[in-house]
Amino acid sequence: MIDFKSTLKMAVVSLKVNKMRSILTSLGIIIGVSAVIIMLAVGTGASVKIAKDMESMGSNLLMIRSGSVTSGGVRMGSGTRPTLTLKDAEAINKLARGILAVAPYSSEAQQITYGNQNWATSVAGTTQSYLYIRNYDIAEGRNFIPEDIKNNTKVAIIGNTVSTELFGDMDPLNKTIRIGNVPFKVIGTLKVKGQNGMGQDQDDLVFIPITTAQKKVFGTDFPGTVKMINVQAQNSEVISQTEEDINEILRDRHNIGKNQEDDFTVRNLAEMQETIKSSARTMSILLGAIASVSLLVGGIGIMNIMLVSVTERTKEIGIRMAIGAKPRDIRIQFLIESFLLSIIGGLIGVFIGVTASKAIQIFSDMSIVISSFSILLSLGFSGFIGVLFGYYPAYKASLLNPIDALRYE
Amino acid sequence: MALIEVKNAIKRYQTGDEYFNALNNVSLSIEEGEFVAIMGASGSGKSTFMNMLGCLDKPNSGSYLLDGIDVLSLNTDELSDIRNIKMGFVFQGFNLISRTSAVENVELPMIYKGIPESERYDRAMKALKIVGLEGRSTHMPNQMSGGQQQRVAIARAIINDPPLILADEPTGNLDTKTSIEVMEFFVNLNKEMGKTIVLVTHEPDIAQYCKRVVKFKDGNIISDEINTHTTIPY
Ligand SMILES: Nc1ncnc2c1ncn2[C@@H]1O[C@H](COP(=O)(O)OP(=O)(O)OP(=O)(O)O)[C@@H](O)[C@H]1O
Ligand SMILES: [Mg+2]
Repeated sequence: MIDFKSTLKMAVVSLKVNKMRSILTSLGIIIGVSAVIIMLAVGTGASVKIAKDMESMGSNLLMIRSGSVTSGGVRMGSGTRPTLTLKDAEAINKLARGILAVAPYSSEAQQITYGNQNWATSVAGTTQSYLYIRNYDIAEGRNFIPEDIKNNTKVAIIGNTVSTELFGDMDPLNKTIRIGNVPFKVIGTLKVKGQNGMGQDQDDLVFIPITTAQKKVFGTDFPGTVKMINVQAQNSEVISQTEEDINEILRDRHNIGKNQEDDFTVRNLAEMQETIKSSARTMSILLGAIASVSLLVGGIGIMNIMLVSVTERTKEIGIRMAIGAKPRDIRIQFLIESFLLSIIGGLIGVFIGVTASKAIQIFSDMSIVISSFSILLSLGFSGFIGVLFGYYPAYKASLLNPIDALRYE
Repeated sequence: MALIEVKNAIKRYQTGDEYFNALNNVSLSIEEGEFVAIMGASGSGKSTFMNMLGCLDKPNSGSYLLDGIDVLSLNTDELSDIRNIKMGFVFQGFNLISRTSAVENVELPMIYKGIPESERYDRAMKALKIVGLEGRSTHMPNQMSGGQQQRVAIARAIINDPPLILADEPTGNLDTKTSIEVMEFFVNLNKEMGKTIVLVTHEPDIAQYCKRVVKFKDGNIISDEINTHTTIPY
């Protein structure tokens, strides 16, 4: 049995003889491995981001909007005519099964001022539940209490962006801001949430009680209406039941006949999230398949070159056998060569993949996660490919008859 | 007991429908320490015979005992070991491994024997010194003359200290002057180190260095004589 170091040295020598050929042969593996690394980096980054977005959006969410009204044969977009009311929200909360929380919601762009600072932002009228449902956390101060809603108190909870724009370094708590012309007392500030999946700043808003908004701030074209009702179901199992109940309750309350269209739409965000998740999965599988094909092609390239190499070096094999090499020694020598070819390709591929992933991160705002798992996986896989596709040529070399091999010119 | 004991060896080749006996019932025995020249016309079966002695090829029938071992009953791995330990080859075309330095070529049989690295280099350098090439140890085969390459091959042949050296026309590719140099190494191996040498040659001048001359014709041994007019004083 011949020692490993000597075999390794022989393999390195023969790979060095055809440097260009060795590199070209490894190209398939290089491309495959860098594709795997980039794909996993982008894929993991994307799913981490999706998970974060979903986290910030809230889970098991149903969003009810007024909408889809046909007016004179023309279907208007959703929300064109508000049909939902606070009473609808109360009814849903009372009657629908599987409810965890319900929050009516209406928002408008408003100019808000503090002293001589002013800022245009989105003012949302809602209830204390909304903050739970959509995972907004209070940084300082307090959330609304039921009395705020009942008594239309003029209190506001402001997002970080608004706080910075109006107050700079000052503490906004208990200061009075004006929304339009109406004075509001700041009772709370929100923890920073950052951008959402669509790149919107989730900290650029002000919450006020929905009742106050309806009566004091928003236009009064449709008094008592809300643009949206957010519902959080208890869990993902009951959510479709809850959705059905809501449909029934609202159709009943809005007197919609059997053959009439709904004047509201219920969007199941859990379903949407599921769709996004599964399309991310599909994408990963697709990229994975492409990478596998590339690795497979790389493997076949290695096999091809190793077969050529065995033929070219028939005489060398004959000489080695004549001076005492066993078939096994020859086999191991060629196996190590093909293993080296693909593992070196793998290393170069990892380098290119990591570099490219970093570049993607720098030049786009995609989030990238390079895991040591993906590096080990692709290195391991390329090593495996080298052995798998190197085996046949190595086996063929070991079967050579020394006499014929020696005579080969 | 003789080192080589071949009895009634027949090697038959088939080309198309025709059979052809490259070795036709050959028997020969060679004692340890002999220096035998094998001569004969082209196609007379000399290389076929040498390949059989070298355990590279098996006869269709007959027997072959090497150092008392019945080599015809051995498997591939055992034959590899025999070639590695019991004999060294010197070929007409030198057959060094290209892009591998002289000393590394000489080390090869030791690698396949499993000799540890620490020992290999020193032993290979000693062998190169015997053939007068210690100064060329790092040269690649293509950086050496034919004579030098053949001397590296001789060093490689003796590195595992085998009792038998087989040389098929070792001077076939060399000019007269270099041939003489190379033959002197063979004489030395035989005289000083007691190696048994079997050497194929076409040239009577080269055969003169040997103690015994065996002549082949059409797959048969037609003469086997002690060399009376050897040019070398033994
Ligand atoms: N593999 C083979 N298949 C068929 N015939 C063969 C084969 N090898 C050798 N022969 C034949 O066997 C005969 C003996 O060949 P061999 O090589 O032993 O001759 P040789 O004495 O060494 O000749 P030379 O001096 O030219 O080297 C030749 O006629 C040759 O054609
Ligand atoms: Mg011959």
